[in-house]
Amino acid sequence: MNRGEVILDIKNITKTFPGVKALTDVSFQVKKGSVHALVGENGAGKSTLIKVLTGVYKADGGGFLFKGEEAHVTKPLEAQKLGLSVVHQELKLSETLTVAENIFLGRPFMTKAHLVDWKKLREEARKLLDSLNVDLDVNREVFRLSIAQKQIVEICKAMSFQSDLLIMDEPSATLTDKELDCLFHIIDILKKQGVTIVYISHRMEEIFRIADTVTILRDGTHVATMGVEEVDRPKLISMMVGREIGDEYPKLESEIGDIALEVKNLSTKKLLHDVSFHVRHGEIVGFSGLVGAGRTETVRAVFGADKRTGGEIFIDGKQVRIQSVIDAVKHKIALAPEDRKQQGLVLIHSINYNTSIVNLDQVCTGGFLDAKKEKALAQKYIDMLATATPSTEQEVRLLSGGNQQKVVLSKWLAVDSDILFFDEPTRGIDVGAKAEIYKLMCRLAQQGKAVVMISSDLPELIGICDRIYIMREGTISGCVERADFSQERVMEYAVS
Amino acid sequence: MDKPKTLKDRLTSLIFGDYMILLPALILVVIWTVVAPNFMTYSNWMNLLRQVSLIAILAAGMFFPMLTGAIDLGLGSVVGITGIVFAKLLVDYQMNTLLAAILTVLLGAAIGAAAGILITKFGVPSFIATLGVQFIGRGMCYVITNSYPVSGLPDSIAWFGRGYLSVGGTDLIPWPVVFMFIVFAVVAFITTKTKFGRFVYTVGGNEEAAYLSGINSQAIRTSVFAICDGIGALVAVILVSRLNSGQPQGGTGWEFKAVIASVMGGASLSGGKGNAIGVALGAIFVGVLENGMTLLNISSYHQQVVQGVVLILAIMFDVYKNRRLAEAK
Repeated sequence: MNRGEVILDIKNITKTFPGVKALTDVSFQVKKGSVHALVGENGAGKSTLIKVLTGVYKADGGGFLFKGEEAHVTKPLEAQKLGLSVVHQELKLSETLTVAENIFLGRPFMTKAHLVDWKKLREEARKLLDSLNVDLDVNREVFRLSIAQKQIVEICKAMSFQSDLLIMDEPSATLTDKELDCLFHIIDILKKQGVTIVYISHRMEEIFRIADTVTILRDGTHVATMGVEEVDRPKLISMMVGREIGDEYPKLESEIGDIALEVKNLSTKKLLHDVSFHVRHGEIVGFSGLVGAGRTETVRAVFGADKRTGGEIFIDGKQVRIQSVIDAVKHKIALAPEDRKQQGLVLIHSINYNTSIVNLDQVCTGGFLDAKKEKALAQKYIDMLATATPSTEQEVRLLSGGNQQKVVLSKWLAVDSDILFFDEPTRGIDVGAKAEIYKLMCRLAQQGKAVVMISSDLPELIGICDRIYIMREGTISGCVERADFSQERVMEYAVS
Repeated sequence: MDKPKTLKDRLTSLIFGDYMILLPALILVVIWTVVAPNFMTYSNWMNLLRQVSLIAILAAGMFFPMLTGAIDLGLGSVVGITGIVFAKLLVDYQMNTLLAAILTVLLGAAIGAAAGILITKFGVPSFIATLGVQFIGRGMCYVITNSYPVSGLPDSIAWFGRGYLSVGGTDLIPWPVVFMFIVFAVVAFITTKTKFGRFVYTVGGNEEAAYLSGINSQAIRTSVFAICDGIGALVAVILVSRLNSGQPQGGTGWEFKAVIASVMGGASLSGGKGNAIGVALGAIFVGVLENGMTLLNISSYHQQVVQGVVLILAIMFDVYKNRRLAEAK
């Protein structure tokens, strides 16, 4: 089969779940050897489509041709054997096994005596890694690897099936820019080997950087498939959301006042040393840097969640003692953590419970919980933040990512926080909801609150922040003012 | 939900909601009423409730660690050792009954707090820490008593274990049953209306999120064991009166009966879910099951088999319910 031929021909795939039409008559073609981006908001049907292609779900109607032949797959292993593999967003590796073991998981090489042929296993794993130009010890346990390295192992695993088509489900969501370069390099190599890539991402700039073709899905229907050169960023976004969302980064100017929070020479036992920074009232300050540079650690240490070994914290010019989260809450500091599901919310509880939790006194009457007050409080922030939910009783696990983030924000606004830390607030949230989160942050700044945003998405930091600190190896390596913002400038501090 | 409820909604909430044990309990009551002629009598019900009362109170205690996702395996032994101590205080030291009862409950709470500190400060898994308490407690029962029951208790303690609450000279309700209702009323209040109760649910629902919301999660996780074992000691006090002695094997295996009652009543083994009234209904359900089988002369060996089957069915139903919820997303 030659380059330019159609490798995957999707024909009228329809899939319905009880009450939801997840895919309606979706048809498009993927050309061999291309990088084909698949975009759409959360719930647009990307995941469902992949699951149909790999046999996790059975389509109600339609089907697809793979390498020119009608494909009937009923489970992922069959798809893999055909040459169609997925690298999942949530990596599915066995953490305690080695790189080599993971690549050939469940399919070890055997010696004549029917024992595992460890030598061959390592050699074959080595060959795969070499073919991608990656230097990684095949005997290393996977839990010792960075997320980017784990992803490479996943890719090798997929390639060990001689895959002709590799679907990458949001591979960049947890990568830093440098790691992303490495991933793109690997994609280039794969492309040269004739492998076709279907690339799913929420990040526009990536699509324009690596994709040849892009398919847009919206509400389970196919909107368009076109060459990336035929489309620009605003047009792509409006096709995804079905409406003009206006400015992607709706920065609102606010009056910048006195210093709200100043941190001097913060250090922790493990990573941080001499971290000094400040945030003014009305200011949105970004924290950039590679994963592991100490951004999250800095915020947690200021918030009293992790122990400090040194450093001073000043709020409105006065030195304060923050030894625990309880102290931080007293000083009106808030943290919307990196992993909102694991750290920010009690998923099995209602919006009511999650909104009031930081200070239950606000929903008490005579010292005891008052369900009416609690409901009123939850409703107040649902209205204020336009959280989409049928009621305040809704369990937060049933909300979308953007709405969950709003519930996290509600619980901190309810206690009138003045200094708000947002750790990766838009991770995994779709374009439309992202803009809403940005607007909220800007509105908070306009009210005179001091806002800190950690993000691995540089364009978003540049779009929203007034100032960006860059961290490297546990300390602040630079600070860029809004007037001097550029990706290159920030990256320079992050890596050099 | 704010919307007016349809019949289907009501039915769904009856079958899958907080009081999901109610429907099977009612069905069982109807069956027993039909097949066991003596079942639906006042005296049988009082007998049933008295039999169930101690396990039910224990279940109310066990409910606290279960809300945080833990099980207190030491609870049965705590009943044993605190019962011995209570009996000894009365017999060997002729202590005032109320004072002795208070000291006993405090001892139970202290044992629970110790287990809680092992878990939170020293990082011992709760399964191991409370299993340790189970062995130490039971061993101490036999060491202290030389494996002989403590007897010779004053008659003044008879009323709260063997007596009835009487009105106008008629015995109305056994005192242990009265205590059961009081304990459940208090536990229901604590878990729904107090800040502490909400903290317990939050820590059980997601400890990391609780910690990052400014909740002292270690203190909460410690205190649930103190409450649980304090309630265990209260049961021990009633048990000593009921048996008119301190039995070294008292309470053996009761921690599991308490867990069964709680689980039947909808308490989740992973924490953060369940409610006190449901637990009470769960305990009564188990009591009804046992009582009916006894009336029908089913041997206690067969009864054990049935109880095991019912427990597994209850968990299967719970798993099914959770899956259904997850898919409803």
